[in-house]
This record gives sequence, structure tokens and C-alpha cells, in this order.
Amino acid sequence: MLEQLTDRFEKFVRNLRGQGKLTEKNVQDTVRQVRRIMLEADVSLPAAKAFVKTIQEKSLGQDVLKSITPGQQMVKIIHDELAAFLGGQAEPIRFGKSPSTILMVGLNGAGKTTTCAKLALHLKRSGRQPLLVAADTKRPAAIEQLVLLGKQLDIPVFTSDDKNPVRIAKDARKHAQKESLDCIIIDSAGRMHVDGELMDELKRLQSIANPPETLLVVDGMTGQDAVRSAKAFSERIDITGLILTKLDGDARGGAALSIRWITDKPIKFVGVGEKPADLDAFHPDRMAGRILGMGDIVSLVEKAQSTVDAEQAAKLAQKVAKQELTLEDFREQLIQLKNMGPIDSLLQMIPGMRGALKGMQVDESEFTGVTAIIDSMTVKERQIPRIIDGSRRRRIARGSGRSVQDVNRLLNQFDQMRKMLKRMGKRGGKMPLGLPGMPGLGGR
Amino acid sequence: MNLLTRFKDGLQRTRTQTFSKIGAIFKSGKLDEDSIEELEDALLEADIGVSIVDDLIEKLKDEFANRKKDKNLSPAEILKSHLITILNNRHHTGTESCQVLTPNTTRFSHKPWVILLVGVNGSGKTTTAGKLAYYYGLQGKKSVIAACDTFRAAAVEQIEVWAQRGGARLVKQKSGADPASVAYDAYKSTQARSEDLLIVDTAGRLQSKRNLMEELGKVARVLRKHDPTAPHEVLLVIDATTGQNGLSQARGFTSVAGGTGLIITKLDGTARGGVVVPIQSELGLPVEFIGLGEGVDDLHPFDAKVFVNAIFEE
Ligand SMILES: Nc1nc2c(ncn2[C@@H]2O[C@H](COP(=O)(O)OP(=O)(O)OP(=O)(O)O)[C@@H](O)[C@H]2O)c(=O)[nH]1
Ligand SMILES: Nc1nc2c(ncn2[C@@H]2O[C@H](COP(=O)(O)OP(=O)(O)OP(=O)(O)O)[C@@H](O)[C@H]2O)c(=O)[nH]1
Ligand SMILES: [Mg+2]
Ligand SMILES: [Mg+2]
Repeated sequence: MLEQLTDRFEKFVRNLRGQGKLTEKNVQDTVRQVRRIMLEADVSLPAAKAFVKTIQEKSLGQDVLKSITPGQQMVKIIHDELAAFLGGQAEPIRFGKSPSTILMVGLNGAGKTTTCAKLALHLKRSGRQPLLVAADTKRPAAIEQLVLLGKQLDIPVFTSDDKNPVRIAKDARKHAQKESLDCIIIDSAGRMHVDGELMDELKRLQSIANPPETLLVVDGMTGQDAVRSAKAFSERIDITGLILTKLDGDARGGAALSIRWITDKPIKFVGVGEKPADLDAFHPDRMAGRILGMGDIVSLVEKAQSTVDAEQAAKLAQKVAKQELTLEDFREQLIQLKNMGPIDSLLQMIPGMRGALKGMQVDESEFTGVTAIIDSMTVKERQIPRIIDGSRRRRIARGSGRSVQDVNRLLNQFDQMRKMLKRMGKRGGKMPLGLPGMPGLGGR
Repeated sequence: MNLLTRFKDGLQRTRTQTFSKIGAIFKSGKLDEDSIEELEDALLEADIGVSIVDDLIEKLKDEFANRKKDKNLSPAEILKSHLITILNNRHHTGTESCQVLTPNTTRFSHKPWVILLVGVNGSGKTTTAGKLAYYYGLQGKKSVIAACDTFRAAAVEQIEVWAQRGGARLVKQKSGADPASVAYDAYKSTQARSEDLLIVDTAGRLQSKRNLMEELGKVARVLRKHDPTAPHEVLLVIDATTGQNGLSQARGFTSVAGGTGLIITKLDGTARGGVVVPIQSELGLPVEFIGLGEGVDDLHPFDAKVFVNAIFEE
């Protein structure tokens, strides 16, 4: 997508140079292309139109033409503008006086209950003492769901036989005060923004709970409807922030722009998986890249940096430089990579990978397989893989419960990776922490 | 309230002024730059997607220029009829993994008839399982629900309630059990008791997760082992608010579990669910049911005409 976009602009600017003039008509053709890309990424039409208008104004400037790589320059303008549109820097949760309340609201199935647990874990890790409040008395087993999540995380959950969410919120506050818990996270029932009665109930719940933070939870796969529902929610109740969920899939996430644009509220977090730890801070620049289909090396590197032991990384870099990488090192890298989170979402962040990965997914169980194979090797074999002959291969296959073909594939890929690293070493290029040509990954 | 008024009611309560002011222009017979843009916007805002919208508008221009004077169809009517044709097509060759029930396929021609519900997280599968049991219960069918979501917190407790509401017997195992083994048990006992319908509820999963998709494939294979024609229906449950990712969902799920049709849920909001149009035209998967609320009786057979009208409704 990025290449496509750049190509289009290169061509566009080349034409312009021929004509020597930037006309309204020319710019219009270009912004139509941008509009199309945004719609394909599920940005709502009114938001896309507004965005494109800004671009139109910006691109009428002279800078673009003077730049040596005008296509890239233009893509950069669009990217930066989009990031700016998505909001300044990441904003933290707002707290009032203790116990401070966070109310979670949104459409049915958006991910509220799961996100309550994620947020509770996040706050607990930052030294707070959260209380989860099960105020969804409507959906079957919604209370049990939150109770189970609380149990998993060892975070208290307030429940009640009362069917009235407003009263539950009141009682929960008393409970938090008694137990000296400093924040309250209320899980409300999912509702349609067109349901007047339920929206009134939510309004009452909000005025009783008086939360400094009311977060609208939005499914990251939402299309055009995002502006309508977000608008309705924010008109009826006070929304202070947004959370976009289910971004661990392949959705382009244009809804981020739509909801940000229509509510003018910050996106605070994004959900990237079903597990309680799968919550990330929101980064506008990364989201901009995702919407434009640009991949996201920055966040990959950051993620890797925070997970991979710095000392080990330095050692590894040395080895790579000296071309001494062994299967042993490789195995360690694999384990670290696995600790970083869902592998496909990591790979999605590498530029070019999104396209390359289309229709071919990464199987996390492959990792286990690869580790098992390496585990079945002797220390010597791991250090000097070329000694692994046919009979050794058969032994390793038996020991790891994999086929000889699996062993062969791993060794081949490892060999290729070494060669590639060698080339990179010669060019003096930096290796993004062991990711290129990772054996065991990808299609067969 | 009948489906039509209910559907319209839901939509009418909502269309706020901020968005495309559709109406006057649709009714007019003119086709100029303004009316084309309005029509185009309405289609785009329904999540039909840029490529299909471009095609439709091209066709419209062609046909409008060549139309017979006496027929006098408005541009909106022409578009509607195209959309209805796409959505009602049950003879699309589809792909290998999409095998559509044709009008002359009789449901319940096998016993038990097996319906597998698949879809991404939170799309409405569990709720729909209960609604389907209820729907066929009204036709005198005895249903069984297999609780194959053994993963999500309290998924089993949730489906227990829905099975009861839908009047179905529930087959479950403990949380964390192998979903394929639940499906196996459920099929066996349904067959043994000679009940009519087995509805298999599965855990939500994103189509890009290979291991989870493989787990789903296994559920489908276990059922096939018992009866090579099962699952007789594989219904992809899609949230009406879904954007263009819906197409990726349809490709992903059908390639792993096969597919016979779609269910659009949550059409009681303001979303139009238009992504089913590109899905239907690419994969040939027709919409079988729509969900219009959280009640057990809020499931209705799909009617393309009502659906398409809603796209152009004010
Ligand atoms: N893959 C993925 N799944 C998610 C994420 N967040 C939530 N889910 C899943 O989405 C589904 C719905 O989540 P819930 O938390 O029950 O949604 P809810 O908004 O509370 O639903 P209602 O209370 O019925 O309105 C569940 O299957 C969750 O596991 C996410 O970030 N990624
Ligand atoms: N308004 C409305 N809500 C619906 C409809 N269908 C389902 N829901 C709601 O959507 C939410 C999610 O429904 P579930 O049935 O739990 O969805 P699911 O696909 O089983 O979710 P997972 O198993 O977590 O993937 C619940 O709050 C349901 O009540 C519908 O047609 N209209
Ligand atoms: Mg919930
Ligand atoms: Mg479910």
C-alpha cells in the first residue's frame, strides 16, 4: 500500500513538473486517491472528506515540488497530518479523588468486559488498587464473566443481586471506601445508541457514579457506522476517552480516525488480544501508518527493546558482527520473540510484511516445534550445525517428535539467515533484533 | 410489530441530520453530478465498499442513458434492483469452500441437521445459537446446542442461559476442554436421541490467527467424520457494524471451516451491514438471517428488498 501510494504521488508530481503548475484539478485527483485509501481502511465518509480537505490545503504549498523525492514527501505530509488528526501524544487515565471511577460504555460485544479486566490489571501494575464492578445485569453470565476475570487476576469484583446498575454503582462505591480501594472500574451492559431507554439508564448511571473518566469502547473492525454510534454516545453522555479493541487482527482500523474526529476525545488505549495483558497505549503515528497500510517498524523495535534483555541483545549483535551466530542463540531469540506477544501482530508491524503475509499466517505452535528440534540437538550440534548429517537428523527428528523434513527445513532456513546476516554485516546495516528470515516462520 | 416496521423503526430513530441528506434527490429522476454523489455516498456509508460502489455507479450511468423512456425508473430504483440481484443470487459459483444451499435443498433432510456457527469475537454467535433454536423450535424441531466455546470466561454459563431460552438441550464440558470433543459428544447424543437439529456454538476468533482457525477446522472435521454431509450449514455470524474487514473474515472462515451463508446481527442499530454485498459477490455466500435485538425472538429470515431499501432510507 505504501509503495502504491508513493508511486501514485511520484507520478502525480512528475506530471505536475511537466505542466509546471499545481492546479486545483490536479490536487483534486490526488486527494480522491487518498480518500479512496481511507475508505478502504474503513474511515467513515464524513471523516475521510474532512481529512482530505486538510490535505488539499496543505499540498497546495510549494515544498512538495521542490523536494528531491516529492512522492515520499507527500506521503509524509499525509502520514503526519493523519497522526496529528488522530491526536497529540498518548494520554493517561484521568483520576479524581479516591476512589476514582472509570465507567466503560459501548455497543454490544465491543469488548467492554474484557477491557475492564485489562484496565484493572494495568492499574494494578502501576500501583493502584482497583475494584471491578459488575453492573451489566442484562447479558446472560456477564457477571460471572467479570468475576472469573477478576479471579484470574486476583482483583476484587463487586457483585450484587440487585438488578439496577445505578444502585449497584452506589453500593460499589461504599464497598471501595470500606476496603480502601482507590479506583473503581464499572462494566456496563452493551447497548445500541438508538435504544432511548437504555441510553437514559446509562445517563443516570453516569450522574450517580460521577466518573472522571468515561471510556467509550469501540470495536476496531467497525466500518462506516463508527461516526454514527460514537456521535450518539457522546451526545447523550459525557465521554472523556476512547478505547479501540480487536486490533490484533488484520483490520486497518480506520474507525480510529472516525471516532476521534467525531468526538474530539483522545484514544487512550488499544486492545490487541483476548488476554488481560493485551492492552497497549495508543500511538497516533503508528495508527496512521496502519490506516495507510505502512507497517510499523517503530513499534516493533520499541516492543522488542522493552522485552529483550539489553545485555543479551548486545552480545547477540557482537556475534552477528563476527558471524558466530549459533542455533543456541537462535533458540534464545525465539523464546524472547514469543514473550513479546502474538506473533502475527508483531509481524504485521514490519513494513512489507503485511502484504507478504496475506493469506499465509504464522502459527505460534511452529515455535514450539522449532524449539523442540533445537532442544534435541547436542551442544556441539547447536554450535556447529554443519556437522549435522543424515543420521543425526533422524535422531533429532525422533527426539523432538518432528519429521526429518522439519529438521531439514529448520537447518536450511537457519543457513539462509546466517548468509543474510553476513551480507547485512558487510553493508554495516543494523539488524532489527534477529527478525530477518526467521527460520520456522511463515509459509511452507 | 412486523419485521418491516421494526426494521424501519430501528433505522428511522437514528439517521441523524449530520450525515448524507438522502431523500429528495433519490426520488427525483435526475442523474447529475450531485445526485450521483449522493447515491454514491449512501452506498459507501452502508459499508458496501469502494470497488463495488464504483462498479454500481458505472452500471447506473450506462443503464440510465440507455433506459427506455416509458419505464422511467429513478436512479435509486436502478441501483436497488442491482443490489437485490446480487443479494438474491444463489447460483453464484462461489469458491470450493462455499457451498450454498440452493432453494431446492431441503433443510432437515439429514438427521440431525447440523449448523456450525463461526465468526470473530463478539459478533453475536452465542446469542444467535439461542435464537436459532427458538426459531426452529416454533417449527416443531428439537434442538441441541453444543457449547464449543470452552475458552472465553463464562462462555459456558452464557450459552446455558441461551439454550434454556431457546428450548434446546445443552451439551457441554468443562471450561478449557477440547472443542472438537464437545462437538463429538454432542453429535453422538443428538443422533442417539434422534433429535432434529444440532447447533454448534464456537469461540470467537480473528481470522488471522492460524492456530485458533486450525482448532475450528478440527471441529468441522469431527462433525464430518460422523456424517460426511455435516455440517450442513456453516453460518458466518457478522456484526452489522463491520467494515471492509468483513470480506477478510468471510475469506478466512470459509477457507478453514467451509461456508453456506451469513447471519448479520445487530441490525437494530444504525449500521447497514453492507459488507455482505462484496462478500456475496466475491464468495457467493447469501445472507440467511438477520438479528434485530437481544431478545430470543429477534432473529428473522433475510429479505433482500427490505435490506436494500434500508440503505436508501432517510
Ligand atoms: N482478539 C481480540 N478479542 C477481544 C479483544 N477485546 C475483547 N475481545 C473479545 O471480544 C469478545 C467480546 O468481548 P466482551 O468483553 O465480552 O465484550 P462486551 O463489550 O463486554 O460485550 P457485551 O457486554 O455483550 O456488550 C470476547 O470474545 C472477547 O474475548 C481484543 O482486543 N482482541
Ligand atoms: N442489539 C443487538 N445485540 C445483539 C444482537 N445479537 C447479539 N447481540 C449482543 O451482542 C453481544 C455479543 O453477543 P454474543 O452472542 O456473546 O457474541 P459471540 O459472538 O458469541 O461472542 P464471543 O463468543 O465472545 O466471540 C451481546 O451483548 C448480545 O446480547 C442483535 O441482533 N442485536
Ligand atoms: Mg460485557
Ligand atoms: Mg460466544
